[in-house]
Amino acid sequence: MVELLKDEDRVFQNLYGFKDWGLDSARDRGAWLGTSAILAQGRDWIIDQVKSSGLRGRGGAGFPTGLKWSFMPKEVGNRPHYLVVNADESEPGSCKDRDILRHEPHLLIEGCLVAAYAMQAHACYIYVRGEYIQERNRLDEAIKQAYAAGLVGKNACGTGWDFDIYMHHGAGAYICGEETALLESLEGKKGQPRLKPPFPAGAGLYGCPTTVNNVESISVVPTILRRGVDWWTQFGRENNKGTKVFSISGHVNNPCNIEEALSIPMRTLLETYAGGVRGGWDNLKCVIPGGSSVPLLPKEICDTVLMDFDALRENQSGLGTAAVIVMDKSTDVIKAIARLSYFYKHESCGQCTPCREGTGWMWRVMERMVRGEADTSEIDMLLSVSKQVEGHTICALGDAAAWPIQGLIRHFRHEIEDRIDNYRANKPVFVQAAE
Amino acid sequence: MSARRLSISQPSSFELSDSANKEINKWIKKYPKDRIRSALIPALWIIQKDAGGWLPELALRKIGDMLDMAYIRVYEVATFYTMFNLKPVGVNYVQMCGTTPCWLRGSDELKVLLNRKIGEQNTLSNDGKFSWLEVECLGSCSNAPMVQISNSAGDHYYEDLTAESLENILDELVAGKQPQQGPKNGRFSSEPLGGAIALNKDLSFKINILNKLPNAEKDTRVNYYEWDPKAKRATRRGWVDPKRKANSDPKKRSGNLGRDLTAGLVDEAPDIARPKRSSNTKSKKAGK
Repeated sequence: MVELLKDEDRVFQNLYGFKDWGLDSARDRGAWLGTSAILAQGRDWIIDQVKSSGLRGRGGAGFPTGLKWSFMPKEVGNRPHYLVVNADESEPGSCKDRDILRHEPHLLIEGCLVAAYAMQAHACYIYVRGEYIQERNRLDEAIKQAYAAGLVGKNACGTGWDFDIYMHHGAGAYICGEETALLESLEGKKGQPRLKPPFPAGAGLYGCPTTVNNVESISVVPTILRRGVDWWTQFGRENNKGTKVFSISGHVNNPCNIEEALSIPMRTLLETYAGGVRGGWDNLKCVIPGGSSVPLLPKEICDTVLMDFDALRENQSGLGTAAVIVMDKSTDVIKAIARLSYFYKHESCGQCTPCREGTGWMWRVMERMVRGEADTSEIDMLLSVSKQVEGHTICALGDAAAWPIQGLIRHFRHEIEDRIDNYRANKPVFVQAAE
Repeated sequence: MSARRLSISQPSSFELSDSANKEINKWIKKYPKDRIRSALIPALWIIQKDAGGWLPELALRKIGDMLDMAYIRVYEVATFYTMFNLKPVGVNYVQMCGTTPCWLRGSDELKVLLNRKIGEQNTLSNDGKFSWLEVECLGSCSNAPMVQISNSAGDHYYEDLTAESLENILDELVAGKQPQQGPKNGRFSSEPLGGAIALNKDLSFKINILNKLPNAEKDTRVNYYEWDPKAKRATRRGWVDPKRKANSDPKKRSGNLGRDLTAGLVDEAPDIARPKRSSNTKSKKAGK
């Protein structure tokens, strides 16, 4: 039996909003505790601690956060440094940042101060996705509270460091979750990703050195420093340390968000917190373990797989944003992936040809596969086109559009073939299994 | 990518309200002086709200003038971002999430209902009060399926819907009422249905303790006294150990160890004047 995370070891004590989000209540839960002592330890100490905690970015790619911070120039030149927080959470399946923004905004603001101090930034922009209107108003209120209490602003926390924090919002473009597209959008342009290099740490927002971090990565930092690296590293396997907020959606009895230690077995996660798969574990068909961009996993793998970066990568999938989308046996899995293909077609920014044309092409072929109106040879053609889109675009949206289709063909090729055969034999192409 | 064009029929005039103007100027102040263009997206959003839910071409030009930008740059942004409506929408604008996590939980039923109640998507209903659109993931996947309804009262998420509960919401809107936002199946937020398994106890006394920063290199004491700009001095905020109680014997309290607590209580030598503090040190202390 796997040991579950204890309540007192959860970073986000108010994930569900049962308590007040305001400053006084957040202080009771430990936010803003000893912040000035953390800053007094100095920049190198903060970055070293974050590095040795092994915290990996929570936004999808899993890049080590401390390493990212250390890429910033050591001395401030004639260009100011910026910290930008990516709260443009648009990955289908993922809804964790929303709960942090509306229920634990002070952990985020405190994390911004610590991170900005570590990379010598005097200004921080939090880019909230456009649809989160109530959430961004909540964040604005929390920022006002922090200013009024002297925690940010001039002489933040009495440390002599001037720090300004601003909320900015987008207007409904998924692509702005990509860090350079986010910076373009923050500059008031179309959200089209930039070529890298130069990386944002060299030339980011307004051409100045910038670091872009996910909401969750920033929010957990003060707690790690307060409670110590030893506390943080007791959770999870080597190289996959710490806790993570999982969003569980789809065909489970009780979909929910839950913070758990990394490397928890998927089955334990679903059965303990989400009430199990609808109709029992044996009714499971497949799971998308990390938001729409990663390939799905069939039940045989889900039986034993651990929820962390490396275990999912070994199974040719990924942790992504830890958004677990569960599908039971009644699901038309081809249609589910075709719907994702439509999503990527809709959200492609139109800058690179392989993605602009490829996402539309793949979606149209997927729609025919759903109806069975295709040729068996087209499955291989689809696979080959998806490989040509993958890796040939400026940003990772091309990869993200290709991977779900590749996962589908890898694990459910027989279903696509059956459907084509049924269509040719004039039989119903999809018979819904009993629930 | 989605191809979007400006509406063919445009109003002949457009006036920006004072409150919207003020609001936009507030946003402009958030950015460096030579970078006010950054305020474009928030400004477009404010103007869209001001203009009744959509962006006429004259509004786009107005923003171009305000932010000192070429009009084409404004058009570019307005057509790129899908939250900007380029033609009129209903007074109640329903955006239904149809992406896979919501589709798995039955967003097709909502689609059938919206088609029946309002009509075809992206067109105004017969009474002009409603329009709806299937949009991509709205980021509430643990509470699927869901819709966002925008009207003059704001933008609200309605979550954990069934066709029946969405119909009730629409009926309330028709009746001129503003339905309560949030999950519609009895949940509070994103906890599991039927009560949270985690985080349902108050643990602040356990997590709210910090004597010394772990792994600290420099010996900095954790400061429970934070600067309070209102009081203009450091005030005690934050942690107080709830288990700590003062010793019942005053002689054994740490602050009193070795001190004669009876001194001063009985005035044995009234003629010995107490040494006075010099006024210098006094003012120094008050200044701190």
